[in-house]
Amino acid sequence: MKKTGNCLKSPLDTISLRVKGLLFLLFLLAGTNVYSEETHQEGEKPELNVRELILDHVSDGYDWHITSFGRRHISIPLPVIVKSKESGWHVFPSSKFHHGHEAYKGFYIAQDGPYKGKIVEKIAGQARNGRDYEEVRPWDFSLTKNAASLVMSSILLIILILSCANWYKKREGKPENASPKGFVAFVELVITSIVDDVIKPCIGKNYRRYTPYLLTVFFFIIINNLLGLIPVFPGGANVTGNIAITCILALCTFIIVNVFGSREYWKEIFWPDVPWWLKVPVPLMPAIEIVGLFTKPFALMIRLFANILAGHAIVLGLTCIIFLTVSLGTAMNYGMTALSVIMTVFIDCVELLVAYIQAYVFTMLSAVFIGLSQVEAHHAPKSENIG
Amino acid sequence: MSLLTPDPGLLFWMLLSFGVVFFVLAKYGFPIIVKMVDERKAFIDKSLEAAKAANDRLAGIREEGDRILHRTREEEIRILKDANEVRNKIIGEAKEQAAREAAKLIAEAKITIQKEKEMAIRDIRNQVAALSIDIAEKILRRNLDNQAAQRELVDKLIEEAQKN
Repeated sequence: MKKTGNCLKSPLDTISLRVKGLLFLLFLLAGTNVYSEETHQEGEKPELNVRELILDHVSDGYDWHITSFGRRHISIPLPVIVKSKESGWHVFPSSKFHHGHEAYKGFYIAQDGPYKGKIVEKIAGQARNGRDYEEVRPWDFSLTKNAASLVMSSILLIILILSCANWYKKREGKPENASPKGFVAFVELVITSIVDDVIKPCIGKNYRRYTPYLLTVFFFIIINNLLGLIPVFPGGANVTGNIAITCILALCTFIIVNVFGSREYWKEIFWPDVPWWLKVPVPLMPAIEIVGLFTKPFALMIRLFANILAGHAIVLGLTCIIFLTVSLGTAMNYGMTALSVIMTVFIDCVELLVAYIQAYVFTMLSAVFIGLSQVEAHHAPKSENIG
Repeated sequence: MSLLTPDPGLLFWMLLSFGVVFFVLAKYGFPIIVKMVDERKAFIDKSLEAAKAANDRLAGIREEGDRILHRTREEEIRILKDANEVRNKIIGEAKEQAAREAAKLIAEAKITIQKEKEMAIRDIRNQVAALSIDIAEKILRRNLDNQAAQRELVDKLIEEAQKN
């Protein structure tokens, strides 16, 4: 967890994030402390490991866990799609694993080791690490919890935006009739605010070309952020708090920035406007610029990932207070429960704000990076200052 | 740490769903909305401009009307003044002419009177002369030695002349 904490701190300056990261770390520490005390007192009860619980909730899963009664788990099975090097493609529902307790066709979910929580395949014969088999990770295209949530939110987003677009399409050529009300007006408000306040000023005169991409990014992030805040089935997956998701988003921005970058932009990278000794014998400035090329999308990736992950973790942590304080007596437990509910409601409200802010920030910074790659004037602003 | 290593399967699903979302929305979604919003904005701007122009024209028309009214009033005053002047002039001229005419008539009358007077005087003179000559003849024809008889004769002659 420390690694995440460092990532939270280093490239990002937003105060909210720092506070959140700090709280998050404190929480994990507090959680583990209570946990160790508990095990001291009552050994036979199934102990509540907050760290495991939070990590389990914020990470991906092969089935969509809803709730558990004692040992009965209620979850929605999702399709597992794997390609083994030896036996080819396999498609089967994740319920075949019985929540990770059983193996199916040689595949099972690793309980420890480097692939903990992932599907692995047992390949006999090659002894390693004291075992007489080798755990191999197959090609895993399973529709996991995050992937399923992603598909659902994508469909939802397409339906929402296309229904709005349809509304306008019906009124094409009649601009005097095209003043929407209700939901369409709300979407239009968001679109115009993003276009007029973010895209236009950040990119400049060529902004029209990038508007569809940036709007898609904004709506994609915000819808996944908001769905992630809903604790029950259609939502609850930590989609935008998963590094694979933010990685692809940042990669798209990186590609657009560099593919559509102007000649001046590349000149600024390889031959910046600095004293010659900074670039001739040792290409110091070009090296810095090239590093900057990659740190910008990297910061985008980490910022969104860490913010949303931290938000999910803190909500879970606050909820766990209730169960951790059971052993401290009824009065204490009641008090802490009230506190926990109040805090959770508060943090959920903050998260609503963060859901919007992070989508906005991602869009704005993407627009800024695209704008910087469109430089034409000689004395363009230096790209390292931003981000 | 599994949290920080992107899972290839999820990368694939993300790429697929984001790609589809981007393709669909960038082709059928946002451009239409943005275009219509821009069109509407242009329409509103145009309408506002047209309204402003119409307003300006209306104000111009009103001003023009006022101006025309003002001019008409001035014209009216001027015409009235002119008419007044013309009337006065005509009256004056008529008076002058009448006076002149009268003066002329009077002068003519005076001349005629003068002439008639002269003619009358001349006539009288002629008659007096003739009378005188007549009387002288008569006197000369009688023997007038007697003073008293002379006097009587003269009176008789004058009486006769007056009777004639």
